[in-house]
Amino acid sequence: MTLVVLVALACVGISESVANRQTSKDRVDITYWEKWTGPEATVMRQLVNRYNASQNKVHVNYVTISTIDVKTLLSTSGGDPPDVAGIWVENLVQFEDANMLTDLTDMAAKAGLDKNYYVKNYWDMMNYNGRLYAFPSTPASTALHVRPDLIPAQYASPDTFPKTLDEFDDLMFAVTKKDEDGKLKQAGFMPTNPGWWHWSWPYLFGGSLYDGKEITIDTPDNLRAFEWCKKYADHLGPDAMTEFQSAFGNNSSPEDPFMVGKVVTEFNGVWKGHYIKEQKPDTPWFAVPLPYRNDRPDLANHSMITSDILVIPTGAKHLKEAFDFLRFTQSQPEMEALCKGQGKNSPLAKVSDAFYKDHTNKFIHLFDQLARSPTAFYSPQIGVFPQLRSEMDDVFQEITTGQKSPKKALDDAQDHMSELWHTYRVQVLGEPQ
Amino acid sequence: MSKRDGRIGWLFALPWVFGFTVFLLYPVVASLFLSFTSYSILKPPRLIGTANYVELYHDPIFWKSLSNTFLYVLGAVPLGTVMAIALALLLNSKVKGMAVYRTLFFLPTLVPMAALGVLFLWIFNGDYGILNAGLKLVHLPLPNWLGDPAWSKWTLILISVWGCGQAMIIYLAGLQDVPVSLYEACEIDGASSWARTRAVTLPLISPVILFNVIMGIIGSLQVFAVPYIMFMDGAPARSTYVFTSYLLDNAFKFQRMGYACALGWVMFVITLILTLLSMKIAERHVHYEGG
Repeated sequence: MTLVVLVALACVGISESVANRQTSKDRVDITYWEKWTGPEATVMRQLVNRYNASQNKVHVNYVTISTIDVKTLLSTSGGDPPDVAGIWVENLVQFEDANMLTDLTDMAAKAGLDKNYYVKNYWDMMNYNGRLYAFPSTPASTALHVRPDLIPAQYASPDTFPKTLDEFDDLMFAVTKKDEDGKLKQAGFMPTNPGWWHWSWPYLFGGSLYDGKEITIDTPDNLRAFEWCKKYADHLGPDAMTEFQSAFGNNSSPEDPFMVGKVVTEFNGVWKGHYIKEQKPDTPWFAVPLPYRNDRPDLANHSMITSDILVIPTGAKHLKEAFDFLRFTQSQPEMEALCKGQGKNSPLAKVSDAFYKDHTNKFIHLFDQLARSPTAFYSPQIGVFPQLRSEMDDVFQEITTGQKSPKKALDDAQDHMSELWHTYRVQVLGEPQ
Repeated sequence: MSKRDGRIGWLFALPWVFGFTVFLLYPVVASLFLSFTSYSILKPPRLIGTANYVELYHDPIFWKSLSNTFLYVLGAVPLGTVMAIALALLLNSKVKGMAVYRTLFFLPTLVPMAALGVLFLWIFNGDYGILNAGLKLVHLPLPNWLGDPAWSKWTLILISVWGCGQAMIIYLAGLQDVPVSLYEACEIDGASSWARTRAVTLPLISPVILFNVIMGIIGSLQVFAVPYIMFMDGAPARSTYVFTSYLLDNAFKFQRMGYACALGWVMFVITLILTLLSMKIAERHVHYEGG
């Protein structure tokens, strides 16, 4: 057994010395884990190279990591996290509730990275309980993408396209095409395409899933949202949502259903324009804000916003150097180069004219306005959001496949999530029973 | 054996003892302890008594994933057993080039699960899949195999047959052990082919069947890769959300390691009960040579 202990100690010693090895006496090497591959990774690597070339004190090693959220969690738990990790904003609250993120508030304030520096909605997303835990890497806002060549000419421009849901529904039903066997040939609008944000439907109808204290899945506004989804499932046919879409390639490929003209409109993010330019540049399209409820004009210009974020996990070995790199990424020229390279809008309050001028997305002004809109919304800041998202995906599928009525599905989800949220508050947040 | 021999023996066994203790015994004991705690991986575990197990009882997703898994076991194990025995019987006959046939039927089990999942996504595609193209030729209804909750579990069960080559090889080995003299006696008595199979072959390979059924139950209870790859988050409507997926999600996606450990121990107890039950039932139906 002594031998085993000696071997284990030797292994630990060797790995420690490898981890702390620096290539030059004064230079500190830091590790940056990021999820991106392909063109998105290329743009970030270029930024990292510029940082490395800009000084000789810190060297950033960019490492692409799959399932980055889980691996960051495990490495942090094991006491050997990366110095910087690129995760999703949806992870932020859950990770911070587990004490996994470094509080950046004071360092950011000293560096002049405050609420005035960012678009308010993005700044709010990066903060939790009044403290700053992340910086945006690249953010996004969403809008409705439309194929003007597949709708009647009188609607085929951003100005004349329907603004309210009733008008929108009428048009979408009119442009949906089926063959003699009733098989779908072209869908006006399909809530499952791409189907990444089923949790967001309530917000488009003025509802919400969490009021800051309690889970609020079963409200009338939310019910209305899922009845609307059900209306599309009934209209398109019970199997169409899954069967029709499964025949196409993924969202960033030239076989994407919007690019090949099999769906007329699509609720998607700012990156879609970039994909179209890269994959099928001859696709005619325009973007407009998502339509709003006829009786709620105050919801106009609503948009689901999200962001990839940069964090310093708790226990990172080179906090000062990691922050220095983060500060570099947040400078206006670097942030604009990064966001433009990935076809996204900027999270910064101030944006240069050159950013808009050369941007690959011809509707970048719209996406920027939507990101700043007071009616923009983002994932609820609640530690059980991963479960909530999974629950709302299930609610959507139960309703659209006819397993449950919208009311029953929402009531069941409310019961389940309320129970889970209560357990979370007691067990994780330490609230009394 | 001298003391020195004993020490050398332990020295040789040390790598295994080390591996067993560190990578199996410790995690097993730790997971039992953690199942009685609230543990989010980063914060220290906090004892909460039996709260995780009580929560399991009231958790609709636990019951949903458990029932999905049971239905899979009920479908996949009998179907796989029948298919494997049938193939083994066919491959036990004396036909020219049998070694080639045996290899061909075993080959599918070597395909990696991830590749298999992607392959089956296309085969079972409702619109463009080769399976529905075949059904259309014979004017049968065309199910939405992947998108309809009523069919998605059947899709998983049908796919499970793909891996029956492993059991088939074991049955084939069992069939080689059946004494030829018994078949000769049957022939003299004028027994039909089915009578020979029922009265001689199946009873004599019954220990092999028991082994394969138990392994099949254990393997099916742990089904993971194919549903995980083919059906995002157990879609549609959690109809393919199996127990292991729920366990994984709780451990790493929801950061509820304590709850995931409780799920793991429930699965262990279920597996143990089903295995003991199979052994008990087998007492009356399994014939051991000389037993």
